[in-house]
Amino acid sequence: MVLPLTNGVSALGELAKAIRQSVVRSLARAGSGHLGGSMSSADILTTLYFSVMRHDPANPSWTGRDRFILSIGHIAPVLYATLAEAGYFPKDELLSLRKMGSRLQGHPGRDHGLPGLELSAGSLGQGLSVATGMAIAAKMDRLDSRIYCLCGDGELQEGSVWEAAMAAAHHQLNNLVAVIDRNGVQIDGSTETVMGLEPLKKKWEAFGWDTLECDGHDFRSLMSSFQKTNVEQTRPSVIIAKTKMGKGIKSIEGDYRWHGKAPSMEQAEAFILEIAR
Amino acid sequence: MDYSQFSNRGNKATKTGFGEGLLEAGKKYPEVVAIGADITASVGVDLFASAFPGRFISLGIAEQNCMGVSAGLALMGKIPVFATYGVFSALRTTDQVRISLCYNNLHVIIGGAHSGVSVGPDGATHQALEDIAVMRVMPNMTVLSPCDATQARLAVIAAIEQCKGPVYVRYGREAMPDFTSPEMGFEAGKAQIFREGSDAAIIATGHMTWEALQAAIELEKEGIHARVLNIHTIKPLDEPAVINAARECGAIVTAEEHQVAGGLGSAISEVISKNYPVPIEFVGMHDSFGESGPPLELMKKFGLNAEAIVQKTRKVFLRKPG
Ligand SMILES: [Mg+2]
Repeated sequence: MVLPLTNGVSALGELAKAIRQSVVRSLARAGSGHLGGSMSSADILTTLYFSVMRHDPANPSWTGRDRFILSIGHIAPVLYATLAEAGYFPKDELLSLRKMGSRLQGHPGRDHGLPGLELSAGSLGQGLSVATGMAIAAKMDRLDSRIYCLCGDGELQEGSVWEAAMAAAHHQLNNLVAVIDRNGVQIDGSTETVMGLEPLKKKWEAFGWDTLECDGHDFRSLMSSFQKTNVEQTRPSVIIAKTKMGKGIKSIEGDYRWHGKAPSMEQAEAFILEIAR
Repeated sequence: MDYSQFSNRGNKATKTGFGEGLLEAGKKYPEVVAIGADITASVGVDLFASAFPGRFISLGIAEQNCMGVSAGLALMGKIPVFATYGVFSALRTTDQVRISLCYNNLHVIIGGAHSGVSVGPDGATHQALEDIAVMRVMPNMTVLSPCDATQARLAVIAAIEQCKGPVYVRYGREAMPDFTSPEMGFEAGKAQIFREGSDAAIIATGHMTWEALQAAIELEKEGIHARVLNIHTIKPLDEPAVINAARECGAIVTAEEHQVAGGLGSAISEVISKNYPVPIEFVGMHDSFGESGPPLELMKKFGLNAEAIVQKTRKVFLRKPG
């Protein structure tokens, strides 16, 4: 059965809390992994999987589904937590993250058979090309599925992203929506210090995309942006979602040092309590 | 089957064979789509593009994106064929090939045109000499290297019908002898004995197979009966055929228009050293770039012709243990 969607802000808020708690739990158990970006993207994924996308957790390969491509494979923990929350597999399995033989690889690997996972990815700058190919195929087959692709902001420094951006606009892929997790930081520090991305909105506009900006932690803002995508019918859409790395845990918010770090068991307990509040 | 009477029906580029095979595949399979990176006619994809404009996707000079788009198309059930010069399709896009294609194990046909120094006047930048090495180390990848235009046509069909996952099909630019017959078929993963012999085995791929046959005729005059094995599938390699050649001939010469390191020479050595060590000599590029010039003169200069194979075969024959 296609997952029933909701526009309820409080329902989405509860789901996002549960997803964030799952992320913290699975990372603490794994002992390594990427907490910062998982937290900054949590509200985007919650909105997509519970308010926007047409999908069926009981039938992950349903042809008519919308597709979600995670280009930044390193935030796999939040994708796994979202898929489990939606019912693709039991939430207990989240505790196997990064373990030998697990379906929850450190970066997504389809060869391990996790339901709901659309793409093995982890090398940055590839996902938008794959999503572009999927959107072209959907158009060829007159399939009304939409393709969503989540990119990181640091990832936009990869030239291949802009090859894909050029191609998607050229082929008028109005069935493609890119979302940028604009948390402003990457491993070495602020994106604007490491390699400046601004003016980011103008760049996407210049490449021919319908460009929206929103608060990536405000469900109303996110939902209304997704509703506005592709109204022009000839352009792909991009939503630049302003977010905070580590969102939901005050002590780590905005701190780039939490990009690739997992909490200790003690920290995790405190984080989980804080998220519940 | 007796293939000892091979004759050249006329020179024809393997590129042309690839293009004909793609057109044929397009007629047979509606899910076959092709991607263009600007040099469509130069890599033989123009026939398909004009026959099926709705299934030809132009993506410009952006090979990394072409590879990722191919992955996306395959995920949606298409059979994408992305051909460009091998220096780009195997080397510029290596990371996309590794992750988006191979790790996802997607059925995409990659065309590697302009292989070898026989590309000619364009020079070193455009002569693919490292593509086999890079493609054959990729998990899930199949590597095909047809010996003439007829076989190149069959290779495209075989890649689509017989192979799973990503497939690299290597081909050349210059018109070269077209000598195999379509009736010989193309069984992916099977070596073909083109000439019987037991004094030495010449194991060749691509354009070098014709050269190997000419070398065998010369060697015959000296009383050296050389077996000629055509390797149109470099991966998975037909290990039993290679081991038999070692056992029955006692000496091997490999011949390829590619770096010996990582190429066919390495692939054969890996099998022989493990299973049946015999003396081996290598005809191929030895850690150098090509250069500009007429194709056949370049092949002569770099020791990639029948004459070079004859010399290496004499040498390996003398190395055979008494
Ligand atoms: Mg970032």
